[in-house]
Amino acid sequence: MTEQRNRVLTERIASRWVRVHTALVLFFLVAPILAIIPLSFNSGSYFSYPLQGFSLRWYEQALTSADWQRSLLNSVGIGAASTLIATGLGTLAALGLSRTQFPLRSVIMPIIISPMIVPIVVVAAGFYLIFAPLGLVNSYPGVILAHAALGTPFVVITVTASLLSFDQSLLRAASGLGAKPWTAFRRVTLPLITPAVATGSVFAFATSFDEVIVILFIGGPDQRTVPRQMWSGIRDSIDPSILAVATMLIVFAVLLFASINWLRGRAAAASRALV
Amino acid sequence: MPASIHAPASGSPTRADGRASYQRARRRASVQALLLALPLIVFLLSTFIAPIALLLARSVENKEVPDSMPALTRALDAWDGRGVPDERMFALLASGLKDAQQSGQLGTVARRLNFAQPEFRSLLMRTARSVRDETPAAWKPALIEMDERWNSPETWRVLKRAAATPTPDYLLAAVDAQVTPQGNLAFVPDNSSVYRQAFLRTISISASVTLLCLVLGYPVAWLLANLPAQSSNRLMLFVIVPFWTSLLVRTTAWYVLLQPGGVINGLLAGLGLATHPVPLIFNRTGVLIGMTHVLLPYMILAIYSVMKGVSPVYVRAAQSLGAHPFTAFVRVYIPQTLPGVGAGCFLVFVLALGYYITPALLGGAGDEMISQLIALQTNTQLNWGLAGALSAYLVIFTAIFYFLFNRIVGIDRLRFG
Amino acid sequence: MRPQFKAQCAALAVLAFASISTQAAETLSVVTFGGAYEAAAKKAWFEPFTQATGVNFSTESYDGGLAKLSAMEQAKNTTWDLIDLETNDAITACDEGLLQKFDKKSIGKTSDFIPGSISDCAVASMVWSTVYAYDASKLKTAPTTVNDFFDLQKYPGKRGLRKSPKVSMEWALIADGVDPKDVYKVLGTPAGVDRAFKKLDTIKKNIVWWESGAQAPQLLADGAVVMVQAYNGRIDDAAKKDNKPFKAVWDAQVYDFEWWAIPTGAKHADTAAKFIVSQAQPKASADLSKYIAYAPPRKDAVALVDKQRLADMPTAPDNFKRAVQINANFWADNADQINKRFQVWLTQ
Repeated sequence: MTEQRNRVLTERIASRWVRVHTALVLFFLVAPILAIIPLSFNSGSYFSYPLQGFSLRWYEQALTSADWQRSLLNSVGIGAASTLIATGLGTLAALGLSRTQFPLRSVIMPIIISPMIVPIVVVAAGFYLIFAPLGLVNSYPGVILAHAALGTPFVVITVTASLLSFDQSLLRAASGLGAKPWTAFRRVTLPLITPAVATGSVFAFATSFDEVIVILFIGGPDQRTVPRQMWSGIRDSIDPSILAVATMLIVFAVLLFASINWLRGRAAAASRALV
Repeated sequence: MPASIHAPASGSPTRADGRASYQRARRRASVQALLLALPLIVFLLSTFIAPIALLLARSVENKEVPDSMPALTRALDAWDGRGVPDERMFALLASGLKDAQQSGQLGTVARRLNFAQPEFRSLLMRTARSVRDETPAAWKPALIEMDERWNSPETWRVLKRAAATPTPDYLLAAVDAQVTPQGNLAFVPDNSSVYRQAFLRTISISASVTLLCLVLGYPVAWLLANLPAQSSNRLMLFVIVPFWTSLLVRTTAWYVLLQPGGVINGLLAGLGLATHPVPLIFNRTGVLIGMTHVLLPYMILAIYSVMKGVSPVYVRAAQSLGAHPFTAFVRVYIPQTLPGVGAGCFLVFVLALGYYITPALLGGAGDEMISQLIALQTNTQLNWGLAGALSAYLVIFTAIFYFLFNRIVGIDRLRFG
Repeated sequence: MRPQFKAQCAALAVLAFASISTQAAETLSVVTFGGAYEAAAKKAWFEPFTQATGVNFSTESYDGGLAKLSAMEQAKNTTWDLIDLETNDAITACDEGLLQKFDKKSIGKTSDFIPGSISDCAVASMVWSTVYAYDASKLKTAPTTVNDFFDLQKYPGKRGLRKSPKVSMEWALIADGVDPKDVYKVLGTPAGVDRAFKKLDTIKKNIVWWESGAQAPQLLADGAVVMVQAYNGRIDDAAKKDNKPFKAVWDAQVYDFEWWAIPTGAKHADTAAKFIVSQAQPKASADLSKYIAYAPPRKDAVALVDKQRLADMPTAPDNFKRAVQINANFWADNADQINKRFQVWLTQ
């Protein structure tokens, strides 16, 4: 009996300790991000607390400055273009990879995953070497191609996972009902993998949006993106408007997460609806 | 399209026929699958693999001198490397420098030779300037009079090595080694050694961050996996939002908070835990804190995704068989979560190896990681050979690590949330 | 999406990008040391030039050195039309053929330029200096000499230094007892370099390194350092514009010219040359001093600067007592080997 009580006690202590530990770690994860939000309203022009006064001047500067506006346009434009390429190529590849008969999987898979693993400075330096003689440095196509390469692994991984759990009998049923292969793909497979495709695209977009090192190496003054501008803000011209931008990015991140959640809910609902 | 086996329409099928048609169908399905992935493979090979291969190839290339002064290069190749060469070599040097200046490659050559010996650039520029203006009867005495370094065998030896392609010099320099004048391999003297230490430091920092993330993240993943869905989802927000927040934003946040006059030191002082500001930034502590903060969500998510699939049945069974809860946890639960732990550790370690921004903003001069040194070579020193060599070692190390881990864990099965 | 809608979207996207990348008027691409200097140059030179000629400016910043310029020249794709350089970089770049030759006659009268402030490839834009600064509200006794920078007993705390051996080597020797007049003679010997590194070793653990000019006053404001080596104009700007209680110590200030030059292969070289001519005129030259504490390189311009403002300049008599002009030729010849040793020393 005492043994039983000891066990229950051990479990309770462990459980309490785990909760405290988790609370501290989650606090550690979130607190720094929250701590800079008040700083973005600092009326002074330095990064330090204590606040000199409340002011919206940095938000005003960020939103009206031509530099920041252009970087936002660039980030969205480059992100959209590279995501389009990544999604197209990645989904296609996933369709092939998810099949059991896919040859040379152990060779091809590392190639496809490599953009996630290879150190980004090596990747960026390599891009510079190959793009410079081709005139792709300081150009939009160069940056878009580079970001597309970085985003494809995410699309491949999410869509492959979705296809692996895809019920092949649905396609057989469709073919049994007289559908041609392309029709079956369009009307059965595609709708079911769309949430996974969308999730992968969001990841690819986020990767491009957040990317700064490749831009540092191969982007020119015209291709400045939001993170590139922030990097300058910290290193070159110490500009607290980056804190205003940072706060806006945090809000954007929360929205992004919400959209992923919603997409996942859709995927779950879609697969439930078929049962 | 699923592969399907069609039975032959007429005649009684033999076993060989059946197998042959099965194999044909299989091959066709294989090719179809490959064709679907081909566009991506070609795209990645040309925009991703090729650039890296080019960079790594630079680590053995040595084209600056041969391209701009081919005659001199040929002569240096033929020369035995002993003592100071003859008048013919000096004449070729003079004409080579003139040509290099005409073709605009002098700066490149000077910089390349500077990597081998730091005084070489000024020597070459001075020599080029005097060569442009004069035309003496004999070059050897004229050049030696202009600068006596031309009378030293060492200078010519350096020149000969710099003109030889392919060269092991970059790969050697990247581990602080060199070929001595006698022709042996030796390590560079300690007061010029930078890279071995840098590699060790990079691995050490990455390993520390991985360990920290594991220790901090495992219990959190456990709690998230074992709470009911609603509370778990709400708590997951605290992991995902930082995960989605820009790396720069998070690093900037730490840059602000870790200052001697910043919030954290203020808290420590307020709680009476510190009388002087604790140095938390521009040192190893800042780097570790920053990198752990950024990489922790990867670890938590990786472990969580595996823990989600672990049924509580096994631990209960172990306990009902008499095991203490602690024993049950260690001997039944933890082993089941090892794939997630492995995937998380692998991901965090490999990502940490390549980090640039966080150590650049939060670290001091003694905390530089390999990525920063590579960037220094490409952006400031323009030493692509050394950058390629450093990258080669980094990539090879990462690749070996990847293949080892794939054996144990199966990285290609890793999903993203 | 319906086909027409898709086409319209595509067309809009192309137009949007096109409108960003093409400008109606010509644009000069300029790279400077950024921060407060760039802001001052904008007000004193770029905006008036735009008003007068309609030419726009696209600005970038960097921290010095010739790497980016060399890389552009190698790739045969020079995107900069104007570059702002320190003296030794200007000398090296001109030697290596990275800069176009500039015809100084196009400036007009040049006899009042300080000797050595016009070269074959570049024209000096101003005189600036490296000093060290401290927060007067945090230090009870004010430091007065360069020795105080190295004195950790009297002034405990961190020191900010530019991540480059330039100026730090000179200060180390002067603080170690070398007369400012002999600094470069001593630095030219291996023993002298050793001596400088040894002196820096005494404060090494307390050094916080900065790379961009704007970081120096930032470090001081954040309390990350007690004294910081900085470009004098940035400190003056922080003190006047942001009302920070920063003071500069002018003892052993190392001053230098700053130069405008046109890279080889620049796409708008003629317009860039016109700009250089326009900012070199006395009135324009003096205008810079209104916005940042840097002095014009020509006497006619100095005469036009406000008398009170002159006191903030590196060239003011009160500030000039133990001033050292940086020996650009020394650094052009020796930067490489001293830098190599410096990089290793940094990591040990």
